[in-house]
Amino acid sequence: MLELKNVSKQFNHRQILNKMNLTVNDGDAIAIVGPSGAGKTTLLRCISGLEKIDSGEITMDGEPFDPYTNRDNDRVIGVVFQDFQLFPNLSVMENITLAPTLVLKQSAAEANQAARQLLDQLALSGKEDIYPYQLSGGQKQRVALARALAMNPKILCYDEPTSALDPDLRHEVEKIILKLKKAGMTQLVVTHDLEFAEHIADKIKHVEAL
Amino acid sequence: MDYIWQIMPSLLSGVKMTLSIFLLTLIGSIPLGIIVGLGRSSRFKPLRDILGIYVWIMRGTPLLLQLIVVFYGLPVVGIVFQRYNAALFAFILNYTAYFAEIFRGGLQSIDRGQYESARVLRLSYGQTIRKIVLPQVTKIVLPSIGNEVINLVKDSSLVYVIGLGDLLRAGNVATARDVTLVPLALVAIIYLLLTAVLTFAQRRIENHFSYFK
Ligand SMILES: Nc1ncnc2c1ncn2[C@@H]1O[C@H](COP(=O)(O)OP(=O)(O)OP(=O)(O)O)[C@@H](O)[C@H]1O
Ligand SMILES: [Mg+2]
Repeated sequence: MLELKNVSKQFNHRQILNKMNLTVNDGDAIAIVGPSGAGKTTLLRCISGLEKIDSGEITMDGEPFDPYTNRDNDRVIGVVFQDFQLFPNLSVMENITLAPTLVLKQSAAEANQAARQLLDQLALSGKEDIYPYQLSGGQKQRVALARALAMNPKILCYDEPTSALDPDLRHEVEKIILKLKKAGMTQLVVTHDLEFAEHIADKIKHVEAL
Repeated sequence: MDYIWQIMPSLLSGVKMTLSIFLLTLIGSIPLGIIVGLGRSSRFKPLRDILGIYVWIMRGTPLLLQLIVVFYGLPVVGIVFQRYNAALFAFILNYTAYFAEIFRGGLQSIDRGQYESARVLRLSYGQTIRKIVLPQVTKIVLPSIGNEVINLVKDSSLVYVIGLGDLLRAGNVATARDVTLVPLALVAIIYLLLTAVLTFAQRRIENHFSYFK
Protein backbone atom coordinates (compact mmCIF):
# COMPACT_ATOMS: atom_id res chain seq x y z
CA MET A 1 0.00 0.00 0.00
CA LEU A 2 1.26 3.44 -0.96
CA GLU A 3 0.02 6.48 0.91
CA LEU A 4 0.54 10.15 0.22
CA LYS A 5 -0.28 12.56 3.03
CA ASN A 6 -0.30 16.32 2.54
CA VAL A 7 2.14 16.13 -0.33
CA SER A 8 3.02 19.55 -1.75
CA LYS A 9 5.16 20.58 -4.67
CA GLN A 10 6.06 23.98 -6.06
CA PHE A 11 7.83 25.03 -9.20
CA ASN A 12 9.38 28.49 -9.08
CA HIS A 13 7.20 29.49 -6.13
CA ARG A 14 4.08 28.34 -7.95
CA GLN A 15 2.10 25.76 -6.01
CA ILE A 16 1.37 22.78 -8.27
CA LEU A 17 0.36 20.17 -5.70
CA ASN A 18 -1.15 21.41 -2.46
CA LYS A 19 -1.49 18.99 0.46
CA MET A 20 -2.39 16.13 -1.80
CA ASN A 21 -3.66 12.91 -0.22
CA LEU A 22 -3.86 9.60 -2.01
CA THR A 23 -4.12 5.98 -0.94
CA VAL A 24 -3.14 3.28 -3.38
CA ASN A 25 -4.06 -0.21 -2.21
CA ASP A 26 -2.20 -3.21 -3.55
CA GLY A 27 -3.78 -4.39 -6.76
CA ASP A 28 -5.63 -1.13 -7.34
CA ALA A 29 -5.80 0.59 -10.67
CA ILE A 30 -6.20 4.27 -10.03
CA ALA A 31 -6.84 6.84 -12.72
CA ILE A 32 -5.57 10.36 -12.15
CA VAL A 33 -7.62 12.88 -14.10
CA GLY A 34 -7.83 16.64 -14.30
CA PRO A 35 -7.38 19.57 -16.64
CA SER A 36 -4.18 20.28 -18.48
CA GLY A 37 -1.58 21.87 -16.24
CA ALA A 38 -3.27 20.63 -13.07
CA GLY A 39 -0.22 18.70 -12.00
CA LYS A 40 -1.06 15.11 -12.95
CA THR A 41 2.34 14.45 -14.48
CA THR A 42 3.98 16.22 -11.56
CA LEU A 43 2.17 13.92 -9.13
CA LEU A 44 3.30 10.88 -11.06
CA ARG A 45 6.88 12.18 -11.16
CA CYS A 46 6.85 12.70 -7.40
CA ILE A 47 5.62 9.16 -6.84
CA SER A 48 8.16 7.66 -9.23
CA GLY A 49 11.02 9.62 -7.69
CA LEU A 50 11.75 11.94 -10.59
CA GLU A 51 10.80 15.01 -8.55
CA LYS A 52 11.50 15.70 -4.91
CA ILE A 53 8.44 16.65 -2.87
CA ASP A 54 8.62 19.91 -0.91
CA SER A 55 6.63 18.70 2.08
CA GLY A 56 4.29 15.98 3.17
CA GLU A 57 4.79 12.31 3.74
CA ILE A 58 4.84 9.22 1.60
CA THR A 59 4.66 5.75 3.10
CA MET A 60 4.78 2.29 1.62
CA ASP A 61 3.20 -0.49 3.63
CA GLY A 62 3.19 1.84 6.61
CA GLU A 63 6.89 2.66 6.46
CA PRO A 64 8.29 6.05 5.46
CA PHE A 65 9.21 5.95 1.80
CA ASP A 66 11.07 8.58 -0.18
CA PRO A 67 10.79 7.71 -3.88
CA TYR A 68 13.39 10.37 -4.71
CA THR A 69 16.18 8.61 -2.82
CA ASN A 70 14.83 5.06 -2.74
CA ARG A 71 17.29 2.55 -4.19
CA ASP A 72 15.62 -0.54 -2.81
CA ASN A 73 15.17 -3.09 -5.58
CA ASP A 74 12.13 -4.59 -3.85
CA ARG A 75 10.30 -1.29 -4.09
CA VAL A 76 10.70 -0.26 -7.67
CA ILE A 77 8.16 2.17 -9.08
CA GLY A 78 7.91 1.46 -12.80
CA VAL A 79 7.06 4.15 -15.33
CA VAL A 80 5.70 4.01 -18.85
CA PHE A 81 6.44 7.46 -20.22
CA GLN A 82 4.10 9.34 -22.49
CA ASP A 83 6.74 9.29 -25.22
CA PHE A 84 7.99 5.83 -24.14
CA GLN A 85 11.67 6.83 -24.02
CA LEU A 86 12.94 3.50 -25.28
CA PHE A 87 16.69 3.37 -25.69
CA PRO A 88 17.18 3.77 -29.46
CA ASN A 89 20.66 2.23 -29.44
CA LEU A 90 19.44 -1.03 -27.90
CA SER A 91 17.36 -3.78 -29.46
CA VAL A 92 13.93 -4.59 -28.05
CA MET A 93 15.45 -7.46 -26.09
CA GLU A 94 18.30 -5.33 -24.75
CA ASN A 95 15.91 -2.57 -23.77
CA ILE A 96 14.08 -5.03 -21.56
CA THR A 97 17.02 -6.96 -20.13
CA LEU A 98 19.44 -4.08 -19.53
CA ALA A 99 18.24 -3.09 -16.07
CA PRO A 100 17.45 -6.61 -14.81
CA THR A 101 21.00 -7.72 -15.61
CA LEU A 102 22.79 -4.56 -14.46
CA VAL A 103 20.64 -3.69 -11.47
CA LEU A 104 18.91 -6.86 -10.31
CA LYS A 105 22.01 -8.87 -11.24
CA GLN A 106 20.01 -11.47 -13.12
CA SER A 107 22.00 -13.76 -15.37
CA ALA A 108 21.66 -13.13 -19.10
CA ALA A 109 19.74 -16.39 -19.50
CA GLU A 110 17.37 -15.56 -16.68
CA ALA A 111 16.72 -12.04 -17.96
CA ASN A 112 16.25 -13.22 -21.54
CA GLN A 113 13.76 -15.84 -20.51
CA ALA A 114 11.74 -13.40 -18.45
CA ALA A 115 11.83 -10.90 -21.31
CA ARG A 116 10.62 -13.52 -23.82
CA GLN A 117 7.69 -14.29 -21.56
CA LEU A 118 6.77 -10.62 -21.30
CA LEU A 119 7.08 -10.15 -25.05
CA ASP A 120 4.85 -13.15 -25.54
CA GLN A 121 2.18 -11.80 -23.23
CA LEU A 122 2.29 -8.43 -24.96
CA ALA A 123 2.03 -9.88 -28.47
CA LEU A 124 5.55 -8.83 -29.37
CA SER A 125 7.09 -12.21 -30.12
CA GLY A 126 9.48 -12.03 -33.03
CA LYS A 127 10.43 -8.40 -32.32
CA GLU A 128 13.32 -9.33 -30.00
CA ASP A 129 16.15 -8.27 -32.27
CA ILE A 130 14.79 -5.19 -33.94
CA TYR A 131 15.39 -1.61 -32.87
CA PRO A 132 12.90 0.92 -31.51
CA TYR A 133 12.78 2.98 -34.73
CA GLN A 134 11.38 -0.10 -36.46
CA LEU A 135 8.36 -0.33 -34.13
CA SER A 136 4.93 1.27 -34.39
CA GLY A 137 3.74 3.56 -31.60
CA GLY A 138 1.66 0.86 -29.96
CA GLN A 139 4.51 -1.62 -30.13
CA LYS A 140 6.90 0.92 -28.62
CA GLN A 141 4.50 1.42 -25.76
CA ARG A 142 4.27 -2.29 -25.09
CA VAL A 143 8.07 -2.61 -25.16
CA ALA A 144 8.22 0.26 -22.65
CA LEU A 145 5.70 -1.62 -20.56
CA ALA A 146 7.68 -4.86 -20.79
CA ARG A 147 10.83 -2.97 -19.83
CA ALA A 148 9.12 -1.57 -16.74
CA LEU A 149 7.58 -4.93 -15.80
CA ALA A 150 10.93 -6.71 -16.08
CA MET A 151 12.03 -4.83 -12.96
CA ASN A 152 9.19 -6.42 -10.95
CA PRO A 153 7.80 -3.06 -9.86
CA LYS A 154 5.62 -2.63 -6.78
CA ILE A 155 3.64 -0.03 -8.65
CA LEU A 156 3.42 0.78 -12.32
CA CYS A 157 2.77 4.35 -13.47
CA TYR A 158 1.56 5.43 -16.89
CA ASP A 159 1.48 8.99 -18.16
CA GLU A 160 -1.27 9.49 -20.73
CA PRO A 161 -0.99 5.98 -22.18
CA THR A 162 -3.60 6.67 -24.83
CA SER A 163 -2.47 10.10 -25.99
CA ALA A 164 0.18 9.03 -28.48
CA LEU A 165 -1.90 6.23 -29.98
CA ASP A 166 -4.57 5.85 -32.60
CA PRO A 167 -8.03 5.82 -31.02
CA ASP A 168 -8.59 2.16 -31.89
CA LEU A 169 -5.48 1.24 -29.92
CA ARG A 170 -7.02 2.70 -26.80
CA HIS A 171 -9.00 -0.46 -26.38
CA GLU A 172 -5.79 -2.54 -26.51
CA VAL A 173 -4.27 -0.48 -23.71
CA GLU A 174 -7.43 -0.97 -21.68
CA LYS A 175 -7.20 -4.71 -22.12
CA ILE A 176 -3.56 -4.79 -21.06
CA ILE A 177 -4.17 -2.70 -17.96
CA LEU A 178 -7.11 -4.89 -16.95
CA LYS A 179 -5.07 -8.03 -17.55
CA LEU A 180 -2.27 -6.73 -15.36
CA LYS A 181 -4.80 -5.81 -12.72
CA LYS A 182 -6.06 -9.36 -12.73
CA ALA A 183 -2.49 -10.51 -12.24
CA GLY A 184 -2.32 -8.31 -9.13
CA MET A 185 -0.31 -5.36 -10.43
CA THR A 186 -0.86 -2.02 -8.73
CA GLN A 187 -1.28 0.69 -11.36
CA LEU A 188 -1.51 4.47 -11.51
CA VAL A 189 -2.73 5.90 -14.76
CA VAL A 190 -2.70 9.59 -15.64
CA THR A 191 -5.23 10.36 -18.33
CA HIS A 192 -7.59 13.08 -19.44
CA ASP A 193 -9.83 10.53 -21.14
CA LEU A 194 -12.68 10.07 -18.67
CA GLU A 195 -14.27 7.18 -20.49
CA PHE A 196 -10.97 5.34 -20.54
CA ALA A 197 -10.51 6.14 -16.84
CA GLU A 198 -13.88 4.67 -15.99
CA HIS A 199 -13.13 1.50 -17.89
CA ILE A 200 -9.87 0.73 -16.14
CA ALA A 201 -10.01 2.27 -12.71
CA ASP A 202 -11.18 1.13 -9.29
CA LYS A 203 -10.85 4.69 -8.15
CA ILE A 204 -10.56 8.00 -9.92
CA LYS A 205 -8.45 10.73 -8.40
CA HIS A 206 -9.25 14.25 -9.53
CA VAL A 207 -6.40 16.72 -9.58
CA GLU A 208 -7.52 20.33 -9.75
CA ALA A 209 -5.59 23.24 -11.11
CA LEU A 210 -4.61 25.60 -8.29
CA MET B 1 62.60 7.66 -59.90
CA ASP B 2 65.96 7.04 -58.30
CA TYR B 3 65.68 10.38 -56.62
CA ILE B 4 62.33 9.38 -55.12
CA TRP B 5 63.81 6.23 -53.60
CA GLN B 6 66.68 8.28 -52.34
CA ILE B 7 64.54 10.69 -50.33
CA MET B 8 61.89 8.14 -49.33
CA PRO B 9 63.62 7.01 -46.12
CA SER B 10 63.75 10.53 -44.72
CA LEU B 11 60.15 11.17 -45.74
CA LEU B 12 59.05 7.93 -44.12
CA SER B 13 60.78 8.76 -40.90
CA GLY B 14 58.87 12.05 -41.07
CA VAL B 15 55.67 10.05 -41.56
CA LYS B 16 56.55 8.12 -38.44
CA MET B 17 56.74 11.30 -36.42
CA THR B 18 53.53 12.64 -37.96
CA LEU B 19 51.65 9.41 -37.25
CA SER B 20 52.96 9.04 -33.74
CA ILE B 21 51.89 12.58 -32.81
CA PHE B 22 48.59 11.93 -34.55
CA LEU B 23 47.81 8.62 -32.85
CA LEU B 24 48.93 9.54 -29.36
CA THR B 25 47.03 12.82 -29.53
CA LEU B 26 43.88 10.95 -30.47
CA ILE B 27 44.35 8.34 -27.77
CA GLY B 28 44.79 11.09 -25.20
CA SER B 29 42.34 13.70 -26.32
CA ILE B 30 39.26 11.67 -27.20
CA PRO B 31 38.75 10.17 -23.72
CA LEU B 32 39.71 13.48 -22.13
CA GLY B 33 37.34 15.26 -24.49
CA ILE B 34 34.50 13.01 -23.32
CA ILE B 35 35.31 13.76 -19.69
CA VAL B 36 35.61 17.51 -20.25
CA GLY B 37 32.44 17.41 -22.36
CA LEU B 38 30.60 15.73 -19.47
CA GLY B 39 32.04 18.33 -17.12
CA ARG B 40 30.90 21.12 -19.43
CA SER B 41 27.37 19.71 -19.22
CA SER B 42 27.54 19.28 -15.46
CA ARG B 43 25.05 20.86 -13.10
CA PHE B 44 27.93 22.25 -11.04
CA LYS B 45 28.41 25.77 -12.37
CA PRO B 46 31.99 26.46 -11.16
CA LEU B 47 33.17 23.34 -12.98
CA ARG B 48 31.30 24.37 -16.13
CA ASP B 49 32.83 27.85 -15.94
CA ILE B 50 36.40 26.69 -15.36
CA LEU B 51 36.20 24.23 -18.23
CA GLY B 52 34.58 26.94 -20.32
CA ILE B 53 37.60 29.19 -19.80
CA TYR B 54 39.94 26.35 -20.68
CA VAL B 55 38.04 25.66 -23.89
CA TRP B 56 37.96 29.35 -24.73
CA ILE B 57 41.74 29.68 -24.35
CA MET B 58 42.49 26.54 -26.33
CA ARG B 59 40.17 27.42 -29.19
CA GLY B 60 40.82 31.13 -29.03
CA THR B 61 44.58 31.05 -29.53
CA PRO B 62 46.57 29.48 -32.35
CA LEU B 63 47.85 25.97 -31.79
CA LEU B 64 51.21 27.21 -33.03
CA LEU B 65 51.33 29.72 -30.19
CA GLN B 66 50.38 27.01 -27.69
CA LEU B 67 53.22 24.82 -28.92
CA ILE B 68 55.69 27.66 -28.55
CA VAL B 69 54.42 28.51 -25.07
CA VAL B 70 54.66 24.91 -23.89
CA PHE B 71 58.16 24.35 -25.23
CA TYR B 72 59.80 27.78 -24.88
CA GLY B 73 57.55 29.47 -22.32
CA LEU B 74 56.94 26.93 -19.59
CA PRO B 75 60.65 26.40 -18.83
CA VAL B 76 60.65 30.00 -17.58
CA VAL B 77 58.39 28.87 -14.74
CA GLY B 78 60.40 25.72 -14.23
CA ILE B 79 58.34 23.26 -16.27
CA VAL B 80 60.61 21.68 -18.83
CA PHE B 81 59.37 19.26 -21.48
CA GLN B 82 61.38 17.37 -24.02
CA ARG B 83 60.51 18.41 -27.57
CA TYR B 84 58.35 15.42 -28.32
CA ASN B 85 56.53 15.52 -24.98
CA ALA B 86 55.96 19.23 -25.35
CA ALA B 87 54.34 18.64 -28.73
CA LEU B 88 52.12 15.87 -27.36
CA PHE B 89 51.16 17.92 -24.32
CA ALA B 90 50.17 20.92 -26.43
CA PHE B 91 48.31 18.83 -29.00
CA ILE B 92 46.37 16.84 -26.42
CA LEU B 93 45.46 19.99 -24.51
CA ASN B 94 44.30 21.67 -27.70
CA TYR B 95 42.40 18.79 -29.24
CA THR B 96 40.73 17.87 -25.95
CA ALA B 97 39.09 21.29 -26.05
CA TYR B 98 37.76 20.79 -29.56
CA PHE B 99 36.55 17.28 -28.83
CA ALA B 100 34.98 18.45 -25.57
CA GLU B 101 32.89 21.00 -27.46
CA ILE B 102 31.79 18.36 -29.92
CA PHE B 103 30.85 15.96 -27.14
CA ARG B 104 29.08 18.70 -25.20
CA GLY B 105 26.91 19.38 -28.23
CA GLY B 106 26.23 15.68 -28.61
CA LEU B 107 25.37 15.29 -24.94
CA GLN B 108 22.95 18.20 -25.11
CA SER B 109 21.07 16.59 -27.95
CA ILE B 110 20.17 13.58 -25.81
CA ASP B 111 16.61 13.85 -24.51
CA ARG B 112 16.33 14.35 -20.76
CA GLY B 113 13.76 11.56 -20.85
CA GLN B 114 16.53 9.09 -21.63
CA TYR B 115 18.20 9.89 -18.30
CA GLU B 116 14.84 9.73 -16.56
CA SER B 117 13.90 6.35 -17.95
CA ALA B 118 17.35 5.08 -16.98
CA ARG B 119 16.81 6.52 -13.53
CA VAL B 120 13.46 4.82 -12.93
CA LEU B 121 15.10 1.60 -14.09
CA ARG B 122 17.65 2.18 -11.32
CA LEU B 123 20.67 2.43 -13.56
CA SER B 124 23.58 4.28 -11.98
CA TYR B 125 24.97 7.45 -13.58
CA GLY B 126 27.95 5.53 -14.91
CA GLN B 127 25.77 2.78 -16.39
CA THR B 128 23.49 5.38 -17.96
CA ILE B 129 26.41 7.19 -19.57
CA ARG B 130 28.13 4.01 -20.79
CA LYS B 131 25.15 2.02 -22.03
CA ILE B 132 22.67 4.67 -23.10
CA VAL B 133 24.21 8.08 -23.57
CA LEU B 134 27.64 7.48 -25.08
CA PRO B 135 26.49 5.13 -27.86
CA GLN B 136 23.92 7.70 -28.94
CA VAL B 137 26.33 10.60 -28.61
CA THR B 138 28.98 8.71 -30.57
CA LYS B 139 26.66 8.28 -33.49
CA ILE B 140 25.76 11.96 -33.42
CA VAL B 141 29.31 13.30 -33.15
CA LEU B 142 31.06 10.95 -35.58
CA PRO B 143 30.94 13.32 -38.58
CA SER B 144 32.38 16.23 -36.56
CA ILE B 145 34.98 14.02 -34.92
CA GLY B 146 36.02 12.82 -38.36
CA ASN B 147 36.59 16.42 -39.44
CA GLU B 148 38.79 17.14 -36.46
CA VAL B 149 40.74 13.95 -36.95
CA ILE B 150 41.60 14.95 -40.50
CA ASN B 151 42.54 18.41 -39.29
CA LEU B 152 44.83 16.79 -36.77
CA VAL B 153 46.80 14.96 -39.45
CA LYS B 154 47.55 18.27 -41.09
CA ASP B 155 47.99 20.24 -37.85
CA SER B 156 50.67 17.78 -36.77
CA SER B 157 52.94 19.54 -39.27
CA LEU B 158 53.14 22.45 -36.81
CA VAL B 159 55.59 20.52 -34.65
CA TYR B 160 58.39 21.77 -36.92
CA VAL B 161 58.31 24.99 -34.89
CA ILE B 162 59.86 23.27 -31.89
CA GLY B 163 62.36 21.41 -34.01
CA LEU B 164 60.69 18.03 -34.49
CA GLY B 165 61.16 16.30 -37.81
CA ASP B 166 57.76 15.44 -39.21
CA LEU B 167 56.70 14.66 -42.76
CA LEU B 168 56.35 18.23 -43.99
CA ARG B 169 59.70 19.21 -42.53
CA ALA B 170 61.40 16.24 -44.17
CA GLY B 171 59.97 17.37 -47.49
CA ASN B 172 61.01 20.96 -46.89
CA VAL B 173 64.56 19.99 -46.04
CA ALA B 174 64.91 17.89 -49.20
CA THR B 175 63.38 20.64 -51.36
CA ALA B 176 65.74 23.28 -50.03
CA ARG B 177 68.77 21.02 -50.32
CA ASP B 178 68.14 19.56 -53.78
CA VAL B 179 66.34 22.55 -55.30
CA THR B 180 63.39 20.54 -56.61
CA LEU B 181 59.67 20.44 -55.88
CA VAL B 182 59.50 16.65 -56.07
CA PRO B 183 59.74 16.13 -52.30
CA LEU B 184 56.86 18.53 -51.68
CA ALA B 185 54.75 16.76 -54.26
CA LEU B 186 55.47 13.49 -52.50
CA VAL B 187 54.58 15.04 -49.18
CA ALA B 188 51.23 16.15 -50.58
CA ILE B 189 50.57 12.68 -51.95
CA ILE B 190 51.37 11.07 -48.61
CA TYR B 191 49.02 13.47 -46.77
CA LEU B 192 46.32 12.70 -49.29
CA LEU B 193 46.81 8.97 -48.81
CA LEU B 194 46.61 9.35 -45.05
CA THR B 195 43.39 11.34 -45.23
CA ALA B 196 41.96 8.88 -47.75
CA VAL B 197 42.55 6.06 -45.27
CA LEU B 198 40.97 8.11 -42.50
CA THR B 199 37.96 9.02 -44.62
CA PHE B 200 37.48 5.37 -45.42
CA ALA B 201 37.73 4.42 -41.76
CA GLN B 202 35.26 7.15 -40.85
CA ARG B 203 32.76 5.78 -43.39
CA ARG B 204 33.16 2.30 -41.95
CA ILE B 205 32.59 3.47 -38.41
CA GLU B 206 29.59 5.57 -39.41
CA ASN B 207 28.14 2.55 -41.19
CA HIS B 208 28.66 0.45 -38.12
CA PHE B 209 26.46 2.89 -36.20
CA SER B 210 23.68 2.85 -38.76
CA TYR B 211 21.94 -0.04 -37.02
CA PHE B 212 19.89 2.39 -34.94
CA LYS B 213 18.29 5.78 -35.45
N1 LIG C 1 10.16 21.17 -14.20
C1 LIG C 1 9.23 22.14 -14.14
N2 LIG C 1 9.61 23.41 -13.89
C2 LIG C 1 8.71 24.40 -13.79
N3 LIG C 1 7.38 24.22 -13.93
C3 LIG C 1 6.95 22.98 -14.18
C4 LIG C 1 7.84 21.89 -14.30
N4 LIG C 1 7.12 20.77 -14.57
C5 LIG C 1 5.84 21.17 -14.62
N5 LIG C 1 5.72 22.49 -14.39
C6 LIG C 1 4.47 23.25 -14.32
O1 LIG C 1 3.62 22.60 -13.43
C7 LIG C 1 2.28 22.63 -13.89
C8 LIG C 1 1.71 21.23 -13.91
O2 LIG C 1 2.37 20.48 -14.92
P1 LIG C 1 2.03 18.98 -15.20
O3 LIG C 1 2.89 18.55 -16.32
O4 LIG C 1 2.10 18.21 -13.95
O5 LIG C 1 0.52 19.09 -15.68
P2 LIG C 1 -0.42 17.95 -16.24
O6 LIG C 1 -1.59 17.90 -15.32
O7 LIG C 1 0.33 16.71 -16.44
O8 LIG C 1 -0.88 18.59 -17.61
P3 LIG C 1 -1.15 17.87 -19.02
O9 LIG C 1 -2.51 17.29 -18.95
O10 LIG C 1 -1.08 19.01 -19.99
O11 LIG C 1 -0.07 16.86 -19.22
C9 LIG C 1 2.32 23.27 -15.26
O12 LIG C 1 1.89 24.61 -15.11
C10 LIG C 1 3.77 23.25 -15.65
O13 LIG C 1 4.09 24.36 -16.40
MG1 LIG D 1 0.94 15.62 -18.12
